[in-house]
Parts: sequence; C-alpha cells; structure tokens
Amino acid sequence: MQSNPDHDNYRSAQKRKLALRRLSPLMTILFLLLLWQWLSDRELVSPILVPPPADVYAAFAAALDDGSLVKHTLVTLGEMLYGLLLGVAIGLVLGYAIAKAPLLEYILSPIIVAFQSTPIVAYAPLLIIWFGTGPTSKIVTTAVIVFFPSLVNAIVGIRSVSPRLRDLMTSLNAGPWRAFRLLELPSALPVILAGLKTSTTLAVIGAVVGEFVSAGSGLGYLVTTARYQFDTPLVIVSVLTMTAIALSLYSLVAYVEWRSLAWQRRSAA
Amino acid sequence: MKLRVEDLVVSFRNPDGELLPVLGPLSFSVSDNEFACVLGPSGCGKSTLIQVLAGLLPPTSGAAYSDGQVITRPLSGAAIMFQDTNLLPWRTVLDNIALPLEVAGISRADRYRRVRKLLPQLNLEDFERAYPAELSGGMAQRVALGRVIVQKPRAWLLDEPFGALDALTRESLRLELLQLRAGARQTLILVTHDINEAVLLADRVIVLSRRPGAVVADIEIALPRPRAADMIYQREFLLLTKEIRSYIDEQRA
Repeated sequence: MQSNPDHDNYRSAQKRKLALRRLSPLMTILFLLLLWQWLSDRELVSPILVPPPADVYAAFAAALDDGSLVKHTLVTLGEMLYGLLLGVAIGLVLGYAIAKAPLLEYILSPIIVAFQSTPIVAYAPLLIIWFGTGPTSKIVTTAVIVFFPSLVNAIVGIRSVSPRLRDLMTSLNAGPWRAFRLLELPSALPVILAGLKTSTTLAVIGAVVGEFVSAGSGLGYLVTTARYQFDTPLVIVSVLTMTAIALSLYSLVAYVEWRSLAWQRRSAA
Repeated sequence: MKLRVEDLVVSFRNPDGELLPVLGPLSFSVSDNEFACVLGPSGCGKSTLIQVLAGLLPPTSGAAYSDGQVITRPLSGAAIMFQDTNLLPWRTVLDNIALPLEVAGISRADRYRRVRKLLPQLNLEDFERAYPAELSGGMAQRVALGRVIVQKPRAWLLDEPFGALDALTRESLRLELLQLRAGARQTLILVTHDINEAVLLADRVIVLSRRPGAVVADIEIALPRPRAADMIYQREFLLLTKEIRSYIDEQRA
C-alpha cells in the first residue's frame, strides 16, 4: 500500500513533539545548572550561600568516599520504607473498614482530623519523647504522615466500586474474600496507587522531620550538622539526595501503576 | 428449574419516605425448560422482577419460588445477565467469562479450558485477550452471555440483554441466543420492551401493565422451532404481535 505523504509528515511531526516533550524536563535541569554555574562565576552570590557546583560535587565525592553519605542515606531510606509500610498498611486496612462500616468513620473522625490538620513538625517532638531518639520515632512519624492519603484513597476506592458489579458478585454467591480479591481490590487499585504516589513523597518529609528534631544519623541529621559547620555544599548534597530518594520511590510506584493498569491504557486508546 | 412468583409486591421508599409501589401484585409461573418473555413498558418494574428472581432483592410482600422453595438469596442454579453488559473493565474477555468459575474456586487451567471451548460458539475466539472497552457493543454482550452460559445454569434470567444495541446487531444476537440455548434444558426468563423480540424468542409472553407492573396478558407462542429471523413476516407472527400490541395500547389509554 502506498503511504500517504501527508500522513507521514503528520507522523513525524507527532514524533518530534513527543521527543520535545520528553527532553523538556532535562533541558530545564540543564538550564538551572548553567544558571548556577554562571552566578558562581560572576560571584553574583556569596559562595557561602550558594557554593559553586564544583564545590558541591567535591562535597558529594568526599561524602561518598568516606561512606558517610551511603550510611546516612540507608538510615533515612530504612526509616522511610518501614514507616511507609506501617502507615500505608494501617491506612488501607482502616480505610477498608471505614468504607464498609460508615459508623466507624464518625467514631474515628476526631482522631483522624486532629492528626491530619496538625502540622507534623509540631508533634514530631512528642513522638521523639514517646518513641526515643532512635529510628523508631522516625518510622512512626513517617507512618503518621503517609497514613492519611492511604486511608482516604482506600475509602474512596472501595466506596466507588460499582453497585451493579457488586450485584454481579452477589449473584455468583461470592464470599467476602473473593469479592474483595476479584472486585474490590482491582476496582480500587487505580485510586490506591495514586494515594501511594502521594505517600512516597510524604514519607521523605516524615523521616527527615523526625531526624531534624533529634537524631544521631540520617540525611536530616546530616543537614543539621552540616549547617552548624557552615558546610553549605554538604547541605545541598543531602538535600539533593533526599530529592533523588523521593523521585526514585515515586518512579517505582509509577512503574508498578503503569504495569498493573495496562487495561486502562488499552481501554483509553 | 420451575420459577414462580405469588402475590409479589415490591415497593421502594422515595426520598420523602413514602412507599412507592413499583411492581405487583403479580403472580405467574414458568415451568421447567420454558422460555418466557416478560414484556412491559419502561418503568413497569421488569428489572425489579429479575432482581427478585435472582435473589438480589427481597420483595416487600409475596414471594418468588424456585422449584417450590422461597428465593431468599442468589441461587447457584440461576444466572443473571444484566441490562448493560456489566463486565469487569480490568479483565480480558477470557477472564470475564471465566469469572463465575473463579468465584466457584475452579483452577485456572480448568477455567480457561472450559471458556476456550465456548469462545467459538460466541464468535469471540480471536478476542480472548481483549478488554471490554476494546469490544463492540455486540461482542461485549456476547461476553456477558458467555459468562451466563459458562455457569451451566438451569435458569437464565436476562434483563433486557439487547436493549443497548443497534437493530441489526440485536437481531443477530437474538438468534444466537436461541442457538446457544438449543439442545440444553433450561428455563429462561427474558425481560424486554420489544414485542418482536418477545414473540420471536419465547414460548410464552407475559405482558405487564404500567407501574406498578401486574400481569395483563399471558400468551402462548405456538410458533414452530427453530425460529428464524424472517418469521416476523409470517401471518401467525403478525397476529400474535398485533394481539400483544392491543394489550399494551389498552394500557396507554
């Protein structure tokens, strides 16, 4: 079959558009780096406030070399992951229960609303008093902060299951477990995964806030100590590491989402 | 499976708390292996009737019976086909048809073997990996039909199964339904507002009044089987549809 030149032009235009879209974020990062370098070269800002990229890289290499960066990163990562696991698990289970028994929502709402509307930084010290200065208090802080989006998304996800599909499961005499596994879980999954994406970024905040209050290790601790020593490059290295952790976890969940929701993409096409 | 309703009444409470009768009082029975169409204007409670027979909705008064037993919960021997296809959008054709088997705890290999045996009759053999949103309306209805057949039910409860389809697809699906049923021994209750459909398919047409639906006529369809699409031009067919139309027109007056 002869290909239509107009169609080919259209296709390649589409391709160029897509490539441009993919490259745009990278170009933004590159631009910011160049701007940073330029500001440092011209000494428009004090190197104590904004150290040149080379200094930051040197701090990064040194922290990597002596193993401290890896050590602190692993501490924070561990606190985050345990906190995520705990907070998401409790949020999902409680969310499911609330979706099934609306009365529970009224009973628990004072606690949930209080937790949600109070800034985490305000009660993080309390959690340190209760759970000590070790990793447990950071795990709890993280769990508390990721709990809410998991809870809300579980409630929304389970409540939005189609009543007609519920009728179908009832007509098939499906028990509660089969109804959950075959209907409720897959139906609520898109919403739950969206909540999990929010939770992963919040988890970094939870762990680092806990470390800010009191800690002997972790990236939050690294930021605090570097700040006291006016080691701005190390502060920046720590902050960028947190960014990297948050982005990687987010991408991981996004990938899981992309894999498990193939049907949505194909249905939309 | 013998199905019977006796003095069946279903009422819903409207937002003001008043009891609104939607169906009945209504009595009829459908004998073993009979194909009955319940015909009535929209809003007469036809779908409600199917839900009561399926054990999904408890009646306000009266009762529905299967083989003499009061229906209080979904029966394992009855399968329902919903008004729209009611497929699970995240499941492929294969897994949608296999759903009842999965609920029943049948192994994956067994499920797939049984569904794949069914696919050619449903003209779906090239679509087993497709998702519902990728199917045409007619194909999606055949998947829903497959989900009924795979249960090997002794009673099929079909709630306006072809209502949402275009006329041509509807016509061919009607005959496919008859072919799929042929040879098997099941009781069928199909709810429709289409007179031609009722007469072409059924052994018996039960005409319901406007809301709250009650039986206004119960007509034997003595047309020979197998039925064919061009029967609708035959004299006997026309006489029957004319008679049924008169009952419906009486309702309008």
